Amino acid sequence: MPRHAATPRTTAAGPAVRMTGIVKRFGAVTANADASLVVTPGEIHAVVGENGAGKSTLLRVLSGMFTPDAGTVEVFGRDVTGWSTAQAIAAGVGMVHQHFMLVPTLTVAENVVLGIEPTSGLRFDRAQAERRLAELARTSGLACEPGRLVRDLSVGEAQRVEILKTLYRGARLLILDEPTAVLSPPEVDELWRVLRTLRDGGATVVLVTHKLDELMDVTDHITVMRAGRTVGALVTRRTTPAAIATAMVGRAVALDASGMPIGAAVSGTDDAEGTRDAATTATTATHHVFRAPDVGVPTPAYSDTPRLALEELVIAGTRRARAVDALSLRVQPGEIVGIAGVEGNGQTELVEAIAGLREVERGRILVDGTDVTRFPVGKRLRHGITHIPEDRHARGLVLDYSIAENLILGRQRHFARSGRIDRRRVRQFAEERIAAFDIRPADPDLPARALSGGNQQKIVVAREMPADFRVLLASQPTRGVDVGAIEFIHDQLRAARRAGKAILLVSAELNEILALSDRIAVMYGGRIVHVVPRAEASEESLGPWMTGAAA
Amino acid sequence: MIGAILLQTLRIAVPYLFAASGGVLAERAGIVSLALEGFMLGGAFGATLGAYYGGSAWAGLAAGIAAGLLLGAIHALACVRFGANQIVAGVALNLMVVGLTRFFLRLAFGSSSNSPRVAGFGGEGSAGALATFANPLLWLGLAVMPVLAFVVMRTRFGLRVRAVGEKPEAAESLGVRVNGVRWLAVVTSGGLAALGGCWLALDQHQFTDQMTAGRGFIALAAVIFGRWEPVRAGVACLLFAFAEALQIQVQGTNAIPSQFVAMIPYVLTLVALAGLVGRSVPPAALGRSDG
Amino acid sequence: MDDGRRRMTGRRALDEAILPTLTALLVALVAGDLLILSYGQAPGAVWRLMLDGTWGNAYGIGQVLYKATTLTCTGLAVAVGLRAGLFNIGAESQLAAGGFCAAMMALLVPPAFGPIVAVPLCIVAAALGGAAVGFVPGLLRARFGAHEVIATIMLNFVVLALLNWVMASGGLAVPETLHTRATPHAAVPRLASVFDAFHGSAANFTIVVAVLLTLVIAWLLFRTRLGYELRAVGLQPAAAENGGIRVPRTWLVAMVLSGAIAGIGGTNFVLGYKTYYEDGFAGGAGFLGIAVTLVGRNHPLGVVLAALFFATLSQGGLAIHALVPKQMVEVLEGVVILAVATSGHRVRRLLRMRPRTGAPAAPVAAPVTPPATAGAASTTVRG
Repeated sequence: MPRHAATPRTTAAGPAVRMTGIVKRFGAVTANADASLVVTPGEIHAVVGENGAGKSTLLRVLSGMFTPDAGTVEVFGRDVTGWSTAQAIAAGVGMVHQHFMLVPTLTVAENVVLGIEPTSGLRFDRAQAERRLAELARTSGLACEPGRLVRDLSVGEAQRVEILKTLYRGARLLILDEPTAVLSPPEVDELWRVLRTLRDGGATVVLVTHKLDELMDVTDHITVMRAGRTVGALVTRRTTPAAIATAMVGRAVALDASGMPIGAAVSGTDDAEGTRDAATTATTATHHVFRAPDVGVPTPAYSDTPRLALEELVIAGTRRARAVDALSLRVQPGEIVGIAGVEGNGQTELVEAIAGLREVERGRILVDGTDVTRFPVGKRLRHGITHIPEDRHARGLVLDYSIAENLILGRQRHFARSGRIDRRRVRQFAEERIAAFDIRPADPDLPARALSGGNQQKIVVAREMPADFRVLLASQPTRGVDVGAIEFIHDQLRAARRAGKAILLVSAELNEILALSDRIAVMYGGRIVHVVPRAEASEESLGPWMTGAAA
Repeated sequence: MIGAILLQTLRIAVPYLFAASGGVLAERAGIVSLALEGFMLGGAFGATLGAYYGGSAWAGLAAGIAAGLLLGAIHALACVRFGANQIVAGVALNLMVVGLTRFFLRLAFGSSSNSPRVAGFGGEGSAGALATFANPLLWLGLAVMPVLAFVVMRTRFGLRVRAVGEKPEAAESLGVRVNGVRWLAVVTSGGLAALGGCWLALDQHQFTDQMTAGRGFIALAAVIFGRWEPVRAGVACLLFAFAEALQIQVQGTNAIPSQFVAMIPYVLTLVALAGLVGRSVPPAALGRSDG
Repeated sequence: MDDGRRRMTGRRALDEAILPTLTALLVALVAGDLLILSYGQAPGAVWRLMLDGTWGNAYGIGQVLYKATTLTCTGLAVAVGLRAGLFNIGAESQLAAGGFCAAMMALLVPPAFGPIVAVPLCIVAAALGGAAVGFVPGLLRARFGAHEVIATIMLNFVVLALLNWVMASGGLAVPETLHTRATPHAAVPRLASVFDAFHGSAANFTIVVAVLLTLVIAWLLFRTRLGYELRAVGLQPAAAENGGIRVPRTWLVAMVLSGAIAGIGGTNFVLGYKTYYEDGFAGGAGFLGIAVTLVGRNHPLGVVLAALFFATLSQGGLAIHALVPKQMVEVLEGVVILAVATSGHRVRRLLRMRPRTGAPAAPVAAPVTPPATAGAASTTVRG
């Protein structure tokens, strides 16, 4: 049976959760700048926003994982600012994380009771654990088989186990972080049913998500966050998905005569009932203002043989059965195709497959007509496919190698004569690349580890954009990079485009996609759901496609 | 002759069973057990010292267990507390124990190769069936695997060991003290492996230099071959012991050279590693020093 | 504004390289003192005797050089493996197999050819023998992703047992012994033959081979394409894979190379000291190679220095035997390894040295300590 909480679970009046003025910084990054949240007891409440809006951080402050730098947190009328997870759990607040904390080789029951196992003498009383769990499952309406091994469960079933874990410990306020990110549509329906049952049983549910299409039927209130702030608190039945999406991504940037942005993005709309925010400066670590794309550059010529052709690609994923589902796309020479979409919709797997780092189940990848689907990475490199990986520390650089050594990674053969590396030529090459890409400090022998994030990324870009490449796969090319380096990298991409190269750009930053792409393809659920020329795209028009709101 | 072979099998298997049980426990908790050899040797020496100065086999047993627990604690200190690379720590511990036993062998008994005769659990003819079955360590050795199976699969501690060895983050998030569980597992493994050494020393009534002769590694092979499950590992131990016993019986006929019999456990493990007898999947968090 | 913040200064790099070694030496000193005292002797006298018996006379120096030669080879072998991210515990059997093959080649080569022909052939045979033993765990890792740690340990026993059987079952061995027939025509001359002072010591010109090998390996690791790819795989296999390097094949090459180097070490005994192969000649030098490369921070030059250190300890043990059992040295060897393994960032924290401001403490990648992936059955890399 759930443990007794120390505080009363519901109060006659007053919200279940009241968070005001929450500020949370991690080094130079401000995750929450002025966030707030008010949750009514016994409701299902969604917190929505783009990547980097600060939703997860806010909820982790609530669950006791983080202590806020400023602001207050009240749960069931009690000031609990800065409490620990243990205290939160004891008070009946349970969090279900995006990445499950389950031991695959143990059973459902064993996972649920781990840490507070019932015993009879020396023995772990498995029968009692399973009995209690079955009882809990019955009362909460979550089906589960206590004796099954967790590794045999589907993702949806595993998530139910995570929920049961919190309920077993007496949770009356459940927080779920992106629960639908890994679920297939029928599993999502099941989750809503579960949450409704929990709500009907008196629990309060707060969930973080960016998928809007499903929220309208299930939630009672929606809090919208953008750039670390709460920009809207909406009543679900009085608003629309389009309005929510607009609040999430903000209005488009107004341009002056020379193409530079005036002021900053303005948040809030008049359509929905909610707070209207004053103009805020939008240049935070996660939200940049980009230059508009080149005007007056002729659109790329469409030839019969595209530079890069993806035909009906099916790629297996680790969580979902198919990370990429029958995806087709073409990129022409002299074109930048931007793939817009929230992370986790198959973009990573797609890029890895084209780069040769992941196997393709079905379908073909062609470069200038040559089928490269089964080529190893080295062979793809020689065919002119280069790759800026999304994780430069893991895939992009050998941090303990020098700048020069990193710059030749992938084409070290060119610099070796009968096995021996020609250091003079390497140095010459490195100096040229360092100068061309303004890498600082300009010392080829410095270990890459010593450089700032922006300069590290410039090494990767300098390496992956040699004179003779044909297709560039640029994945989050300016993530964690300072403004100056961002502009530089963007200029390089534009220059390559003018020179007739093909670029496939993947970015979670919609502004970046809009600033660079000739065509934009929106990826959702492993598929391309929308393709549109840049001229016809905007933040508002793309938002619904990215979040699945546009049916 | 069958009887003789079976008896020999049991006698040879006892140290393997003890050490392998320690190996299963520690590795299931996520700590690589390369130091079983050192634990066993330390236990053998401790048992000899105890039996010599204490005058009885029971004193020897107590001292041997104590030695094993101490060595286990050193290993836990290096691996769990200081996060040292577990392979290196195991190799180091083995080297240290060889040196220490030799050093103190000289110090205590003035010899560099063996100790004087000490009391054991049997009388003069302690290799016979009667003496063997009267030896409490034999029964303990036969019981250790079933008991371990019970502990690992049916007790609260065993559940936590398994959780900690597979996904320590999950256990940590639920308030289980990962380091505490690992400490307990490693120290216990030291004591268990040392029991194997106690058997050797008390059975042979003396300590000889490096008397474990690689048995700790055969036990590790049994753990891997048995896929980290107590009963399977126990069967592997018996299998290896049986092959040895068989070879000893037919030694005169030179049918299979002893060296090849000695190889069997290792070759089998190599085969298991290559996945030829089904996948041999270690505990997921095994060997991680961040864990 | 952006001028690139320096996160790793030269000073910190030096810390990483030197500090663990110094700590280990300190710990060894203290442990040695304890052991000496427990034996009722005065530490000062014992350490002085140790120095006298090793570097204090020509014979001692000779013996140190002899032992250091073998340890350099095994240390280099383990170092090459570690640079590629692999933990080669099999240097012992690779060393033995190399020595065995050298002896076999010496028996095959007719005496008429003399050492100019015989010795190089034997060295090649030694390399091939060691390489063959290194190949098996390399293949198991490359094809099946199997623990090379366990594979090398198991193979150690298999190979050593096999060699023992070959010697014991007659035929090759001189009757009543476990060694082969002497082959003086394939002998490497002793240092004593040129430098009178080394009279009586086992030191021989294999030391030249070891020195050359060190230079070659250093050149290979830091100047060639193979070395570049090998180190990249050891430091960041995912990035190496992204750069088109075939990671499993690199692992295989590294293990074969590692085995070959250890095999060459076998010629020190088989050609230089005894002119025959003797069962068990390796005597733990393979395992000590692990200690040597750990203390030598995985660098060829460091390996040489560490080999000299351990050889000094080993020879010194004999010198102090009158006062303290030479087994003390074996204990110290284990203590040193343990000390090096547990030092690193912990020691720095103990001495309250924080990493420079601004940098999130990026774990310093492990060219010097066995990386976390060494011995792991799975990596982030495909295959």
